[in-house]
Amino acid sequence: MAKVKGDIVVDIEKCKGCEVCITACPSDVIAMSKNVNGKGYHYAESVNEDCIGCANCAIVCPDGVITVYKVKL
Amino acid sequence: MSDIITKEQIRQPENLVYSKTKLLTDKALSYCPGCGHGTAHRIVMEVIEELSAQSETIGIAPVGCSVLAYEFMNIDMQQAAHGRAPALATAVKRLMPEKYVFTYQGDGDLAAIGTAETIHACNRGENITIIFINNGIYGMTGGQMAPTTLPNMKASTCPYGRDVATMGNPLKITELIAQLPGVHYVTRQAVHTPGNVRKTKKAVRKAFDLQKENKGLTFVEIVSNCNSGWKMTPVQSNKWMEENMFPFYPLGDIKVDGQLIK
Ligand SMILES: Cc1ncc(C[n+]2csc(CCOP(=O)(O)OP(=O)(O)O)c2C)c(N)n1
Ligand code: SF4
Repeated sequence: MAKVKGDIVVDIEKCKGCEVCITACPSDVIAMSKNVNGKGYHYAESVNEDCIGCANCAIVCPDGVITVYKVKL
Repeated sequence: MSDIITKEQIRQPENLVYSKTKLLTDKALSYCPGCGHGTAHRIVMEVIEELSAQSETIGIAPVGCSVLAYEFMNIDMQQAAHGRAPALATAVKRLMPEKYVFTYQGDGDLAAIGTAETIHACNRGENITIIFINNGIYGMTGGQMAPTTLPNMKASTCPYGRDVATMGNPLKITELIAQLPGVHYVTRQAVHTPGNVRKTKKAVRKAFDLQKENKGLTFVEIVSNCNSGWKMTPVQSNKWMEENMFPFYPLGDIKVDGQLIK
């Protein structure tokens, strides 16, 4: 069975913590960090291993701060 | 390959599925957190990238929150006086008919102070594309009522809600200009969910393709949020938009191939 595994990389300093990505993610991968970036925003981060690399989060991110990777296992 | 794979192994260039287009500059966008303007900018730039038209496109920035669009869109741009983007786009396109020319305008810009320019550019059937961001409010100046503000919707100049008896009805300018023979393609989309973003991108692509074929004016409305002006969180504003804006401004094609959809 083809299995995919994805991962996201967040441009922390450009994230504004709007949380739109959280709603868009079908696998509940993203949460806001307890830490803040240089502008004082809690930034998005991946909190588990469930990413499927669908890029939904990146597509709705108004600031284009998410880069998405995917491998077939 | 074994199932155990580290994040480092996944994050390799050959596994890349999505990254921000190089047609957006690296400047941090000046928009509020969660504002649809940023997503709309990115979609338009992705389409221009797909068309390999970075040096073949001229954009016209408006007055409004997106007044600085030329700082973010990595293409040739001009910035017009408030509401005058379609007039400026007309001049640019007539002087350089081989270029893709588009305007990017808010609802205050396009449907209030720029109503005359909008209607006449549409009626003349200029071969330009208009990207219209309708957030139902004047975002930049502090959330005043716009022609597009919904009945009973609160804004800073109608704090008890828009009373249509004294303040007039909201203007569905998109349906209005769709009646004009010079207008070839009119659609209304949104950018708050992945599905909507994909549809909007297809619509923008279609508009640019039709412009290349000199079909007349193409018009893509994007119903968007202004969470700051609406005084909500970004996620709340997207929900409010679905529940309140979409019933009044229904998504979908309004005119295709010069024919109104009924
Ligand atoms: C000639 C002129 N009149 C008024 C203004 C003030 N003004 C700046 S932005 C704006 C409204 C913009 O609203 P909209 O087009 O809806 O864009 P948004 O900010 O919501 O994206 C107004 C009235 C101006 N800059 N120039
Ligand atoms: S004021 Fe409204 S339209 Fe302007 S950037 Fe903020 S959310 Fe967007």
